[in-house]
Amino acid sequence: MNKFTALYRSSVGKKIIMSLSGLFLCTFLIVHASVNLFLFKGAEAYNTASHFMSSNIIIRLVEVVLFVGLLAHMISGVVVWIQNRMTRPVGYQMYRLKDNTKLSSRTPMLTTSASLVAFFLVSHLLTFWIPTRFGADPKLPYDMVADAFSQSSMAVFYIVAVAFLGFHLKHGFQSGFQTLGLSTNRYKWLIDSVAVIFWLIIPLVFASMPAYFLWFQ
Amino acid sequence: MDFKLKIWRQKNRNDKGQFVDYEVKAVSPDASFLEMLDILNDTLVKKGEEPIAFDHDCREGICGSCGMVIDGRSHGPGRGIATCELRMRVFRDSDTIVAEPWRTKAFPILKDLIVDRTALDRIMAAGGYISSKTGGVPEANSIPVPKHDAEESMDAAACIGCGACVAACPNSSAMLFVAAKVSQFALLPQGKIERKERVLRMVEQMDKEGFGNCSNNYACEAECPKKISVTHIARLNREFIRAELT
Ligand code: SF4
Ligand code: FES
Repeated sequence: MNKFTALYRSSVGKKIIMSLSGLFLCTFLIVHASVNLFLFKGAEAYNTASHFMSSNIIIRLVEVVLFVGLLAHMISGVVVWIQNRMTRPVGYQMYRLKDNTKLSSRTPMLTTSASLVAFFLVSHLLTFWIPTRFGADPKLPYDMVADAFSQSSMAVFYIVAVAFLGFHLKHGFQSGFQTLGLSTNRYKWLIDSVAVIFWLIIPLVFASMPAYFLWFQ
Repeated sequence: MDFKLKIWRQKNRNDKGQFVDYEVKAVSPDASFLEMLDILNDTLVKKGEEPIAFDHDCREGICGSCGMVIDGRSHGPGRGIATCELRMRVFRDSDTIVAEPWRTKAFPILKDLIVDRTALDRIMAAGGYISSKTGGVPEANSIPVPKHDAEESMDAAACIGCGACVAACPNSSAMLFVAAKVSQFALLPQGKIERKERVLRMVEQMDKEGFGNCSNNYACEAECPKKISVTHIARLNREFIRAELT
């Protein structure tokens, strides 16, 4: 425990926790996006997939780890953000950070995307996860999705939220590897290529569902 | 060339400080930014005013003392240069130029554009060295070093401790500086012996001094006068993980 608190107190240690939890959450996105794709195979296929996900014991165990990871990521993110804000009590008259950094890597973008994604997650869990998981809603999963996304405000909210998730991962994915010390000259191209899956392809897959129900159903 | 200047004036650590407007005339385009300040200071002295205090020594980009933020950029516009290497020709005639000190809690302002950078020295004192007995200089080739490692180490050792990375970082993180120093030793056989204690102690001291947490936005690399690469930060992280795990 002592070692853990020491790790958490150090700046590099906190970042290691952030990157491990963040990259773990990325792997979850792959699973989630793949299961969602069953929506396009029809109601029956999706309902079966959804049932499997909510009844399988291993998935339920992983779910617990997932929540812990999410919490660790959020807490360290907030702590890092607060600590960093305190380091420059008097700001610059002129500060051309834009010349030196990418939009996705700048703190305002990261905090905006983080807050929006966090807000989205709560609403998402309330709309889909809690009803399917605790059987509060007698509707079948497919109908639930179709109902939700037939409201255009809901569909647009989902599309915007996953776009911000993409932005968050544009910085986050490579940042995670840098913090773990794996981003060397030799592997940087590989990390940047795989990153495309996370900041572009997965958000597109997620956005395709609300878009499909909104415009094509 | 003529310029209007907005320069931060602050009497001492405790003074609140403010921007003061100045004008300089007939500056050669080939003058460095520091030479322009010298010209301005001459006119101030003649008028009986207090000259602007700024740090400088080598005036050739190797001592790291001339740090200041010019028009929102560490060491001014341009890449891979210190303020002493910044030429006035990069500005346009009659431009207004803003010059202010490095701003971060870890570097208290001493006077005008001069800050106290001893926090970096204390990080070095915490582990930026190798322990060895003094004596005669050993034969250079008695310990072979792979060429690539020697080059990487040398690149890291180019860090002049100017603090531009900290000044440019939105989090006031000193990671690029510490990473350069950790890398420079970690790559060489002599430095490997104390690598674990070194990285842990230096990171601990860096945190104690009140520098922020690195968020990998790489503003430091863009502003470093010696173009130290952020791959050294990845190495620092690796060294840290290795030290924690083994
Ligand atoms: S890493 Fe670069 S910017 Fe930072 S102190 Fe060293 S030379 Fe200056
Ligand atoms: S005066 Fe030495 S680096 Fe500029």
